[in-house]
Amino acid sequence: MDILVSGFLLAGTYALIAMGLNLQYGVARIMNLANGEMIVLGALAAFWAFTSYQISPLLTLFLAAPLSFIGNWLIYKFLLRPLVKRAKNQGQLEVDSILATFGISFALVGIMVSIHGEYFTYSFLANPIEVLGSTVAENRLVAFFIALAIGLVLYLWLNHTRAGTSVRAVAVNADSARLVGINVDKVSALTFALGGAIATVGGVLISTFITLDASIGVIFTMKALIIVIMGGVGDIRGAIIAALILGIVETGVATLVDPGLTLVAAYFIFLLVLLFRPQGLFGRRST
Amino acid sequence: MSEMKWGWPVIGAALFLLSAFIPLIADGYWMSIAVTIAMYTALATSWALFSGPTHYISLASGAFFGIGGYLVATAMSDYDLSFWLMLVVAPLVSALVAALIGFATLRLSGVYFVIFTLGLAEMIRNLVSWVQNNFLGSRGLYVLTDFTEAHIYWMLLVVCLVIFVFGWWLSRSRLGFALKIIGNDEEVAKHVGINTALAKVLVFTTTGFFGALVGVIIAPRYSYIEPNQVFSPELSFMVVIMALLGGAHRLWGPLVGVIPFALVWETITIAFPNSTTFFLGLAFLFIVYFIPHGFAGLIEKHWLRLRS
Amino acid sequence: MIRRNVLKVLASTSIAAVTGLTMTFGAFAADTIKIGAVAPKTGPLAGGAVITQWPNVELWVKQVNARGGLKLKDGQKMIELIEYDDKTNPAEHIKAVQRLATQDKVDFIIAPYGTGFNVAAAPIYAKYGYPQIAVSAISDKIEELTERYPTLFFTLGTTTSFVEGVRDILVKMKDEGKIGNKIAMVNVADAFGIELADAARPIFKDAGFELVYDKSYPLGTPDLSPVMKGAKASNPDAFVAWSYPPDTFALAEQAIIENLDVKAYYSAVATCFPAFAGKFGSKINGVLGAGGVDPTTEKMMSYRAEHEKLTGKVPDYWASANTYVSLQILEQAIEGVGSTDKAAVTEFIKSNTFDTIMGDIKFENQFSNKFWTVGQWQDGVFKGVSSINVDGAVPVVEKSGWN
Repeated sequence: MDILVSGFLLAGTYALIAMGLNLQYGVARIMNLANGEMIVLGALAAFWAFTSYQISPLLTLFLAAPLSFIGNWLIYKFLLRPLVKRAKNQGQLEVDSILATFGISFALVGIMVSIHGEYFTYSFLANPIEVLGSTVAENRLVAFFIALAIGLVLYLWLNHTRAGTSVRAVAVNADSARLVGINVDKVSALTFALGGAIATVGGVLISTFITLDASIGVIFTMKALIIVIMGGVGDIRGAIIAALILGIVETGVATLVDPGLTLVAAYFIFLLVLLFRPQGLFGRRST
Repeated sequence: MSEMKWGWPVIGAALFLLSAFIPLIADGYWMSIAVTIAMYTALATSWALFSGPTHYISLASGAFFGIGGYLVATAMSDYDLSFWLMLVVAPLVSALVAALIGFATLRLSGVYFVIFTLGLAEMIRNLVSWVQNNFLGSRGLYVLTDFTEAHIYWMLLVVCLVIFVFGWWLSRSRLGFALKIIGNDEEVAKHVGINTALAKVLVFTTTGFFGALVGVIIAPRYSYIEPNQVFSPELSFMVVIMALLGGAHRLWGPLVGVIPFALVWETITIAFPNSTTFFLGLAFLFIVYFIPHGFAGLIEKHWLRLRS
Repeated sequence: MIRRNVLKVLASTSIAAVTGLTMTFGAFAADTIKIGAVAPKTGPLAGGAVITQWPNVELWVKQVNARGGLKLKDGQKMIELIEYDDKTNPAEHIKAVQRLATQDKVDFIIAPYGTGFNVAAAPIYAKYGYPQIAVSAISDKIEELTERYPTLFFTLGTTTSFVEGVRDILVKMKDEGKIGNKIAMVNVADAFGIELADAARPIFKDAGFELVYDKSYPLGTPDLSPVMKGAKASNPDAFVAWSYPPDTFALAEQAIIENLDVKAYYSAVATCFPAFAGKFGSKINGVLGAGGVDPTTEKMMSYRAEHEKLTGKVPDYWASANTYVSLQILEQAIEGVGSTDKAAVTEFIKSNTFDTIMGDIKFENQFSNKFWTVGQWQDGVFKGVSSINVDGAVPVVEKSGWN
């Protein structure tokens, strides 16, 4: 039971990390290596608001999300769209976006270091609570429920609204979407911004139970890439299921086998999935 | 280009000879830049031998480099084996690992291949740490030798030479031709009777071999090897980025990426000691927007203009 | 510094231009003494370096310059500090030290942050004859390393002595009947954590302890709750974690959540950071950790006050002081020799006793055998409870709950 409860909570964390990138890569076709920095920015905002003004991270959430949305929209509009327009094919765009977002991630790390070079560490809701007979931390539980809510809303929005349908259309095939009158450019920009905002929200929540610092973003980026690819590009369900698998496998191995093998096991599962499903769990066979 | 058939190798050989004399005139600082350039040239060029023609972007360089650095450190620190023995053994081990990766990834394409190699490298890194923690134990892995930067540089230079000669041979061999067809369209390649699996795995294996070779040679420079540091995913990204900056479609592409990259990097580090990272980021963006086809593309453009 | 930087920025179109400028400007700056410093400002080790290393460099330079500079035979000279970020990358570090030595031509260099970086840079310091007073470097190979590099000095202790410090505390508590003999031990699977755990296994066993839980966890584990649940289930009397900064925080948080009821709780690096108490408040009263200081001596109190005043940051309760001590030694050696003769300064360090905020420091075979090994949070202050040759240790108290 401990394994399931802790596993689900960890899965919530992973979902927060990966859902944003899933949107950005799946729809806007940007392999965003600065995704981790968006998470760390959220953590920095939460840390700063909490330690300077005693503002609860749950409030910071509502400030940071729109700011991040605007910031990411600007990044897409001014830094990434020129690359999309210039690219002759997906391969070219991939190369360009790797280089450009790598640059953005460096610049963001530099900015954050100059704001606060030390660890972002504070205590928020670090209290034990009993869930189904297992002791867990309140802050992780809160993060889990918010992750769940975000995932659910995203799923419903993508599948049951007009706007969501056009986002999915762009994800499947941008050229055909353009033919049926969808403003691909606008949809991509908004989806990219939304992805960034979700990453920032994730960062705010994660900072309540993980100690971060300005340079740690790359670790989150790598984890997010793994989860997104394992789930399959462009399907929000994939990212959530993959997060769940990793969360439970890691907790299970840590409890039953050896905590030293948690990450090994997680990567091993990831590799296995790709060996049997080369397009990820929910991915489409691309050409 | 056909009339230049022997021109390039001659120019290359001349450049190689010239660069062998650098340690005689460079001071410590320029030597350390030269070593960095030689190291990344070797890594990025051997990376591009596979990834250039096939368009498969591999993020496993850090794993190969780490296998080299870690094996030589363990062998010298805990088993009193010689550096030279490991210079032979580690690359072979790494080549074997690369071959296994090659076979495992045959069905993967595009971004799935990219992230698979990243995940695999991370798994190896954590596995090595775990094995060291539980079975080998350690009081720190030291690689203490009497090599100077010049020795390391010369060794790397030889590795570069071997890679370039190999790359030159590859580009005019049947194997290299097969890789190019695979890169253009893998289905077509299969239909014309190319054993795509064998071709890909063979060349990928050499990338693993050279990666570990460089790792072994660099280990004495670091002196103290930490598994998590030497299996750095950052290195994998840097190698890819340098090769892409240069242009992975030419044998000399990575070279013209690595050299300006290292110099720009240094200039920024000196000019902005307190915000190096920020300005490096801006430099990246600048390069992406204003040098869209990498340095190789830039050079080719001017070269063509010059000739016309 | 600022003027120099601006000049450099203007000229930074090519390396050659910058190099030329530094050299011509160097001629202007004949009245200063140039000191270089390379340590991480970004990367995994930056979070520790910006607490332990950089503020002390800043503090020391400000203090020396405020009193008119270093006194040499040909008059007083202000310190001109040249600093670089090594990005927690050995190759970057080597380049930066080479640059300080051959391009900036600095007179002295402040030793790096981190064991790996000190060892990697030692050949360069030795080659150019710079004394290297290493602080943040703990190793069991000190003898071999100092023999190999005649300019390398160690000040913070050996791996084994750190483990023995913990053992002594636990043995004492066991003998007093406060704890039993069951230890739960965890470690981060990275160089220093692996080294410490490896050293600890036989040492704890020989002291009559039983390791009821002995596991590692990978660097960057996002959730340590299974580790803490496992440790708790083994029902230990004492908990020992050979941990790094982010996980030191995470382990304490999980211990609070799980209410790990042990009378002795130890975590290694960063337990002594002010941020540790800042995060957990009174809950971590009684937590043991690596390091320690004697905060009651007059010298230490004035150091801590100055540190806070001039850098705006609170020093940690361990290597901050040692880092400052290493700078005091450098300062006294330079003034003792009265010139920037590196060989003479190195000899001076080897053969003299230095008056520092940690008392008298003397090197034997380039090793100062005087350092704290274990400290404990007692009423908001992290006090030294076990040391090698330092006075002022306070009695250890048992931990009573996480309140």
